[in-house]
Amino acid sequence: MLSNFGFFKTSLQPVSANRLAAAGAIILIAFGLLALAAPMLTRMHLLHAPDQQDEQGLDTDGLPHPAGGAYLFGTDHLGRDVLSRVIYGARVSLSVGIAAMLTATVIGVAVGLLAGFYGGKLDLVLMRFTEMNMTVPAILLAIAFAGLLDISGRTIHLHPAWLPWHFLEFTLKRGAVSVFLIVGFVCWPGMVRVIRAQVLALKEREFVLAARSLGASDSRIILRSILPNLLPTVIVLAVMSTANTILLEAGLGYLGIGVPPPAPTWGSMISEGQPYFITYPHLVIVPGLAIVLTVLAFNLLGQGLQEIVDPKQRR
Amino acid sequence: MTMSESLLEVKALKVHFPVNVGLFARPTEFVRAVDDVSFTIAPGETVGLVGESGCGKTTLGRAVIRLIEPTGGQILFDGMDLVPLKGAALRAQRRKFQMIFQDPFASLNPRAKVENIIGEALDIHRLVLNATARRQRVESLLQDVGLEAAHAQRYPHEFSGGQRQRIGIARALAVQPKLIVCDEPVSALDVSVQAQIVNLLRDLQQEHGMAYLFVAHDLAVVRHISRRILVMYLGRIVESGEARSVCQSPRHPYTQALISAVPVVDPKLKRRRMVLAGDVPSPIHPPAGCPFHPRCPVAEARCKTEVPALREVESGHWVSCHLAK
Repeated sequence: MLSNFGFFKTSLQPVSANRLAAAGAIILIAFGLLALAAPMLTRMHLLHAPDQQDEQGLDTDGLPHPAGGAYLFGTDHLGRDVLSRVIYGARVSLSVGIAAMLTATVIGVAVGLLAGFYGGKLDLVLMRFTEMNMTVPAILLAIAFAGLLDISGRTIHLHPAWLPWHFLEFTLKRGAVSVFLIVGFVCWPGMVRVIRAQVLALKEREFVLAARSLGASDSRIILRSILPNLLPTVIVLAVMSTANTILLEAGLGYLGIGVPPPAPTWGSMISEGQPYFITYPHLVIVPGLAIVLTVLAFNLLGQGLQEIVDPKQRR
Repeated sequence: MTMSESLLEVKALKVHFPVNVGLFARPTEFVRAVDDVSFTIAPGETVGLVGESGCGKTTLGRAVIRLIEPTGGQILFDGMDLVPLKGAALRAQRRKFQMIFQDPFASLNPRAKVENIIGEALDIHRLVLNATARRQRVESLLQDVGLEAAHAQRYPHEFSGGQRQRIGIARALAVQPKLIVCDEPVSALDVSVQAQIVNLLRDLQQEHGMAYLFVAHDLAVVRHISRRILVMYLGRIVESGEARSVCQSPRHPYTQALISAVPVVDPKLKRRRMVLAGDVPSPIHPPAGCPFHPRCPVAEARCKTEVPALREVESGHWVSCHLAK
C-alpha cells in the first residue's frame, strides 16, 4: 500500500531486497564509481588519458590493437585506449543523461501537475501541447534543436526583439550543457500523462479537501499535500526516463551532433569505430555494451522501484 | 429563535452538478444534489442531518463551508454571506468553520507527521509565533483529544482508525472554529470506538462552545448528540425540529420509516417496521409534486402534482408533507 511506504523514513532495505532494483543499482554504482575515479586512476598511471595517443597504441603497421592484449579493450584507429575512453565516456553519458533527466522531470512534473490540478481549459491546452510534442519522434526533434546550434555558439534571445532585456540573452555552444538541455526538452512529454493521472487521483483524496478547508492556498496544497505523495511516482519515472535520455544522448553522439570531440562519448565512439567494424569489432562492441548495460541498469532499477512503491504491480 | 441569534443561516441553497459536460455542448441535465435548502444553526448548537446515502447530505455539509461551489442561495455566517467570497477573502474566513471527515484513513496526509498535519492549520492562519509555541500548541491539542504529546512525531499509518479520527478532530480544533461540520465522523469506525468519539465531540463542545452540523445516516447516533435534527430526502429537507420531537413523533412518512429502521436493544419489544418500497428516484429527474410520493405509503392524488412546502406543525417542528398534521 502506497501510504505505508515512506521514501525517507524507510531505509534502502527494500531496494536490496528487490532483486531487479539491486541488480540495476549495483551496475550503476560500479559505473558511477569508475567514472568518478577516472581522473584519479589516470594520475596514478592505472588508466591512460582518453585522448592520449600512445607510441605503442598502434602496432608496427600502424593498426589498432585488438582487445585482450596489453590494452584490455584494445585501442582505436588513433591508438587511444578504448577502456579509458569508455570509462571517460561514462562521465559524459551519465552526467548528461542525469542532467537531461532532471530537466525533463522538472518540466514533465510541472506540466502534469498544473494540468491535473487545475483541469479545465488549462488542462486541455497543456495536454494537447504535450500530445503535439509526442507525435514528433524524440530523436528528430533533438536533431532539429541540435541543428540550431554550432560549435561557435549562438545567442538565444528569450525576450521579444523590441525589448532590451539583455539579461534574458545567453550564448549556447554545442557542448554538454546544450546536449542535456536538448535531450531534456525532448524527453518530458512521456512523463506528463502519468503525473497528471496521479494528480487527478490525489486531489480528490480527503486530506487535500482537509487542507483546503483549513484555508490552504493552491500553491500550499500542491507543495505540501500533492507533491510529497507524488514523489514515489516521480522517482520511478525519473529513473526509467534516464534510460531514454542516455540512449538519446548516445544517438546524438553517433550522429555527430552530441557533445563534440575530443570528449569521448559512447555514441561518437561507435560512429568512429564503425568503418573498422569488420576487422576490429571491439571498437563498436565495447561502447555498445556500455550503453546497453547502463540502459538495462536504469530500467531494472526503475522497474524494481516500481514494484517497491506499488507491490500490486508485481508480475 | 430570531435571526440575530443564529451563527449560520442557510437560505435557499442549491448545488446542481452538470451531468453531460462536453467540449462544445452546454450541459442540459443536472443532478440536483441540494435543492432549495434552508436552515439555521445557533452558536454552540448541535444540528443533526440525516438521510439515506445519496440524498445530498454530504454535499450539503461541504457546500455550507464552501468546499463545493453552491449553484445558488445564501450562506450567512455571522451575518456575512460566504457565497460571493473568493480566493484569499474566503481562505481567511475558513478559520471560523472546519470539517471532520468520514474516512480517517483518507483524511490525513500519509506523508506528513502528526505535528505538521495539525500544525498546518496554525501556519496557514499564523496562530503561533515560533516553532516552540507551535509544538506546544500541537501537543496540548493532542492531549485535548485524548492522545499523547509524543504522538506528534508519528505518521498517520501508525495509528488506529479511532486515533486517526482524534487527530482529524485536533486539526479541526486547532483554529478554534465556531462551527464544525462533522461528515459521518463515526460511520467508518468500530461500534465500540464510535461512542468514544461521539462523547469526545460532546465534551469538546462543552469546553469550547462551537456548533456542530452532524451529518450521519445513523439516526441513533444523531439522536444521541443533536439538539435539533434535519431530515433530508432527495436534496430537500423534509422534516426538521427538536431531536426528541422528531424522533418520538415523526410527522413525515419518510422520517417515520427511518425511525422504524433504528434497531432497538430490547428483543421482546414488538414494533411495527415500516419498509419503503422501491428505490430513491434519480436526482436528475426528481418526481413531480412531492419528491417522496412514489415511495410514500399514504400518498394521495395531489402529492403527485403539488410540491409540499415546509410548514410548522408544532412549535419549532417543520414538515413538508400535505398530509402531516
